[in-house]
Amino acid sequence: MASHIPDILRKHNSAILTDWLAEQARSFSRDTRARDDTPALSARFLGELADATAKGNVDDVDGEDFREIRALLEDLSRQRGLAGISPRDTAMFVFSLKKPLFARLRQELSGDALVDEMWSATTLLDRLGLLTTEAFQRTREQIIERQQQDMLELSTPVVKLWRGILALPMIGTLDSGRTQIVMESLLQKIAETEADVAILDITGVPTVDTLVAQHLLKTVAAARLMGADCIISGVRPQIAQTMVHLAIDMGDVTTKASLADAFAHALKRQGLTVVRAVKS
Amino acid sequence: MNVLSDDSLEIRRDADVVACRQAVRARSVEQGFGLVDQTKIVTAASEIARNTLQYGGGGTVRIQKLADGSKQGLRLVFEDRGPGIADIARAMTDGFTTGSGLGKGLSGTKRLVNEFDLWSKPGEGTRITITRWK
Repeated sequence: MASHIPDILRKHNSAILTDWLAEQARSFSRDTRARDDTPALSARFLGELADATAKGNVDDVDGEDFREIRALLEDLSRQRGLAGISPRDTAMFVFSLKKPLFARLRQELSGDALVDEMWSATTLLDRLGLLTTEAFQRTREQIIERQQQDMLELSTPVVKLWRGILALPMIGTLDSGRTQIVMESLLQKIAETEADVAILDITGVPTVDTLVAQHLLKTVAAARLMGADCIISGVRPQIAQTMVHLAIDMGDVTTKASLADAFAHALKRQGLTVVRAVKS
Repeated sequence: MNVLSDDSLEIRRDADVVACRQAVRARSVEQGFGLVDQTKIVTAASEIARNTLQYGGGGTVRIQKLADGSKQGLRLVFEDRGPGIADIARAMTDGFTTGSGLGKGLSGTKRLVNEFDLWSKPGEGTRITITRWK
């Protein structure tokens, strides 16, 4: 038996729209209420919903007949997500249609038909509402991914401390994606500046496990091939203890507790000393 | 012994390993762990979480805060339904790896915690339980 929903949507289109907009105005928070694209979007949504339910199965939200309406909702979620509107409000866009639609169903139908159609309408709108939440989440994930990429680029500054002495202050998680970039920018800078000492500072690295240690050792080995010796600084007491338990062997790599110690060591290796200026 | 809290996290992606470390650090701070104990259990969690992901194909970790009399502890249970470990004794040897790592993760982890239990059956999966007391 074909559903009555599309007929009712079409027959009472303007009345449902008016009620729906009033319902939306009541349930939305202030920021969303101020949006002026809501009436046009709502009218389009009702039209698409009538088309989709007329064509196909009312339950089959994932099917081909609902493609247009899914696209509309995804677009809506994305735009509202980017505008900082809460996923709750975006979902309410769909859920607030229930009351006006149910009112018309009750007006037109009775008995078992009414119960059946109420059930299909509520299932349909629930699924469409969930769709907006999923789309919102996907948009969020895309934003986070882009920010992670930005962080990768930002977080690997190689600084020149003195002629021939470079420092690489590492901060955060040294997962494989980042260490690759760290290593590349360090080797690049060694070539550019003809440095012969590079200080890898791990003060800002919260956890040194075997993978991080392996990455560090590889970076040191690559720098050495380019003629630069590495000093690892910022080895805090708790990190030192943990590395001993993990039996990580740093080989003949010089390690220091602080960046200042490492810098002093590098200067000494170059035959330089720091002296207090004497007042004449 | 009482279990004060019991959380479960999924380990499916690299980012989940980071999330696991952060969760373990937060729980260990709540349990009043000192900096050294925090670092030890977080590092151990990092090792096993990565193994779960890399060799087990992903799994879950349960983080339990424990209290036993006046002692506070943290227990982590890592579970995956991966290929399992064929030779546990060998896997626990320093320097042995079937991958490309240093081969010190399992043996090192055992030294970082107070209790270490490894259950594995080829074809069924692996469960590693580690506990650190304050």
